[in-house]
Amino acid sequence: MNLKLKIWRQEGQNDQGRMVDYQANNVSDDMSFLEMLDVLNEELIEKGDDPIAFDHDCREGICGMCSLFINGEAHGPVKGVTTCQLHMRSFKDGETIFIEPWRAKAFPVVKDLAVNRSAFDRIIQSGGYVSVNTSGNTLDANAIAIPKPNADKAFDAATCIGCGACVATCKNASATLFLSAKVSQLALLPQGQVERKERVTKMLHQMDEEGFGACTNTGACFVQCPKGISLENIARLNSEFRNALLS
Amino acid sequence: MSKLNAQSPAGPLEQKWSNHKGHIRLVSPANKMRIDVIVVGTGLAGASAAASLAEMGYNVKAFAFQDSPRRAHSIAAQGGINAAKNYMNDGDSVYRLFYDTIKGGDYRSREANVYRLAEVSTSIIDQCVAQGVPFARDYGGLLDNRSFGGVQVSRTFYAKGQTGQQLLLGAYSAISRQIAKGKVTMHSRHEMVDLVVVDGKARGIIARNMVTGEVERHGAHAVVLCTGGYGNVFFLSTNAMGSNVTAAWKAHKRGAFMSNPCYTQIHPTCIPVSGHHQSKLTLMSESLRNDGRIWVPKKKEDAEAIRAGKLKPTQLKEEDRDYYLERRYPAFGNLVPRDIASRAAKERCDAGFGVNKTGEAVYLDFASAMERYGKTQANLKGLKNPSKEEILALGKIVVEKQYGNLFDMYKQITADNPYETPMMIYPAVHYTMGGLWVDYNLMTTVPGCFAAGEANFSDHGANRLGASALMQGLADGYFVLPYTIGEYLADDIRTPKIDTNHPAFETAEKEVKDRISFFLNNKGTKTVDHYHRLLGKLMWDYCGMARSKEGLDYAIAEIRKLRDDFYQNVRVPGKADRYNPELDKAGRVADFLELGELMCIDALNRNESCGGHFREEFQTAEGEALRDDENYAYVAAWEFQGDPGKAVLHKEELNYDFVKMQQRSYK
Repeated sequence: MNLKLKIWRQEGQNDQGRMVDYQANNVSDDMSFLEMLDVLNEELIEKGDDPIAFDHDCREGICGMCSLFINGEAHGPVKGVTTCQLHMRSFKDGETIFIEPWRAKAFPVVKDLAVNRSAFDRIIQSGGYVSVNTSGNTLDANAIAIPKPNADKAFDAATCIGCGACVATCKNASATLFLSAKVSQLALLPQGQVERKERVTKMLHQMDEEGFGACTNTGACFVQCPKGISLENIARLNSEFRNALLS
Repeated sequence: MSKLNAQSPAGPLEQKWSNHKGHIRLVSPANKMRIDVIVVGTGLAGASAAASLAEMGYNVKAFAFQDSPRRAHSIAAQGGINAAKNYMNDGDSVYRLFYDTIKGGDYRSREANVYRLAEVSTSIIDQCVAQGVPFARDYGGLLDNRSFGGVQVSRTFYAKGQTGQQLLLGAYSAISRQIAKGKVTMHSRHEMVDLVVVDGKARGIIARNMVTGEVERHGAHAVVLCTGGYGNVFFLSTNAMGSNVTAAWKAHKRGAFMSNPCYTQIHPTCIPVSGHHQSKLTLMSESLRNDGRIWVPKKKEDAEAIRAGKLKPTQLKEEDRDYYLERRYPAFGNLVPRDIASRAAKERCDAGFGVNKTGEAVYLDFASAMERYGKTQANLKGLKNPSKEEILALGKIVVEKQYGNLFDMYKQITADNPYETPMMIYPAVHYTMGGLWVDYNLMTTVPGCFAAGEANFSDHGANRLGASALMQGLADGYFVLPYTIGEYLADDIRTPKIDTNHPAFETAEKEVKDRISFFLNNKGTKTVDHYHRLLGKLMWDYCGMARSKEGLDYAIAEIRKLRDDFYQNVRVPGKADRYNPELDKAGRVADFLELGELMCIDALNRNESCGGHFREEFQTAEGEALRDDENYAYVAAWEFQGDPGKAVLHKEELNYDFVKMQQRSYK
């Protein structure tokens, strides 16, 4: 198939960006979206043009490095997948595709479609962990039984890949879903209890510091999350925060 | 006399590590505060090492080419992590894990290292649970285990098909905590482009800030490389796009010996190649072989009809299917080790029984598993005479719970529904057992330069067992390196902060800048990927699943030609002082073009077949790998001499004091 592409080009963080038109010809159904861009980039290089910068690494939907706002949707039209797992069979011959970076104050553009998501790292650094040093003599792993439903919910929350689709899709550019996933995971496990109140307070504070917006419960984040992180986590976050404030 | 001293401790096997650890020299807390350690790479080995070293008091500078330590490719490991906990009460023990690993590695790994790995494996699970890693649990709330290839016990801990992700996020949380404390300085989007050696000791690195393009000097008392494997030399592999050999290769060129580079793991269950545009291959977890049965048609005409789209696999009767692994290896069946499963798939496809358009695919079928699980579920629900459809529907739910995410991924990539038709799979490059030579303390032949995780060669011999990569990365990073590095640093407590104005830093920086400027000013016409693809094809055809003297000789000559062509005709766009992924890629491919030659030289030198290294000239009458213990029971460690073709071979003899070497059999 042949496609028209309209792609955001921006030299660097402080430069003015703009949409530029490209043509992608002979695109195969079996190509992934990023492979389609690879082919376009090879053509650009051969022509002596500047290839389009975009983030990607594992191409298995798990590292969270790839992003892209495709036709107005984070990670494109197919639900539950990242851009690297999106295949061209989801598009039609002759279609025009708009490709933009994540747009949020807390995610400045590095170049073209690549953005800086280190704000997420700083949120985790503010408290997204259990304070346990490496030692060969922690408790035996089976010393504390964890009810399976809690373990499963903690796991579901922990599958967040930190890609930032939730932020990109939220009209407030809020990182609440991201944050709630980590808070939930640790709140549901016995190991996370000691620092429970301190954690939620510090992480929320850091989210504000980074310039993310507040949550107004529109739920767009969950709809666009490639890992289906549940809104239940936001409810749990709110309850965790209330408990922290009240004690 | 060999230059290599493995420093394996004396004494009984089970006391080697505790004795050694008990006698490693200590660095006092006051001195640790004055010592800097560079950790390159923040995957499982790197993040766990950086966090642990920082907790101990060292000042750590960590480097990653991704935008965050959470993105390293350890994250993509699916199936699980081994540990000799014996929670399943199936007779597992540290010794059995050790023995399985030695045997699985085809008797080409170092006994002392492997025993230590098995010994610390149990602490890894304890540590990860304490960090809040949500492993799978049973209804009693205790940890669940499953089985993996090459073993007859269930010792694999897992978190659905995302075990690597959960373990990496555990290590990431540990390193994040130290970053917050200022004990780890994190340099994301930085690539190590050279090792700096001062007076014979590793004293720092040159790194390129990939956003600003700045070439930076970083000094430290020791440098730890946790930079993963070099599978991307094949262009197509299950590695991440950015995975590369550059850090390890630069260390090699500065004096670190490269060991057994030809030991490559070809993973049997990957999604087959779909076309020229293919940028990488996707693994389907080995855990699928617990329930999936591998087969091809028994008759050639059926295979041909399937390839032509005239016949569907589900239409083929049971007696017309060849479950070749169950046929050839009844004791282990579909759970034979990876090297064996891969070669068996290649053998069937080469013989004309492959099942997709290209003829390079076999089936991985879940129909019998769904039926088996479905029957159990029907019994549990008390259903009388359930229909076949009812049984399959119930079984599907069980399979979905266990492998749902993998099935979804398969469907997304291929547009086939694996609940209804068998998956098609083919082997692909996955892991590299070879790597930088290290002694028992994980130090390379450059004093002060250490290597951990996949970047070193030490624990898996010629073939790695499933779920052992995560185990080794975390063993090295949490429980080995943080202690053993003390033995070296204890001599360094009087060394002041490393001066990055030393001429060695100046020279290395200049070389890096010259290289960058060469690439950007080269008036070529071909892209970096063009060369990478050609190199990958040479490697896959001649240094992949089967190798021969003739093929390797040819590949070496071709790689040398390709390298010359690359330097003459490559085109790298963009500027030096900007974000420039093509420039980063050019440097990586330049190193792959040298490594590829050394891999072929190593494969040519090893006149035997063992594990992932299969030389066509050396096989048994039944087509199994034929080892030559008399002449090749050694670690090949190559010393760089100005050109990969001139590398000098050093041998570390492997002595088996505790395990008897025998022909590996899974029949």
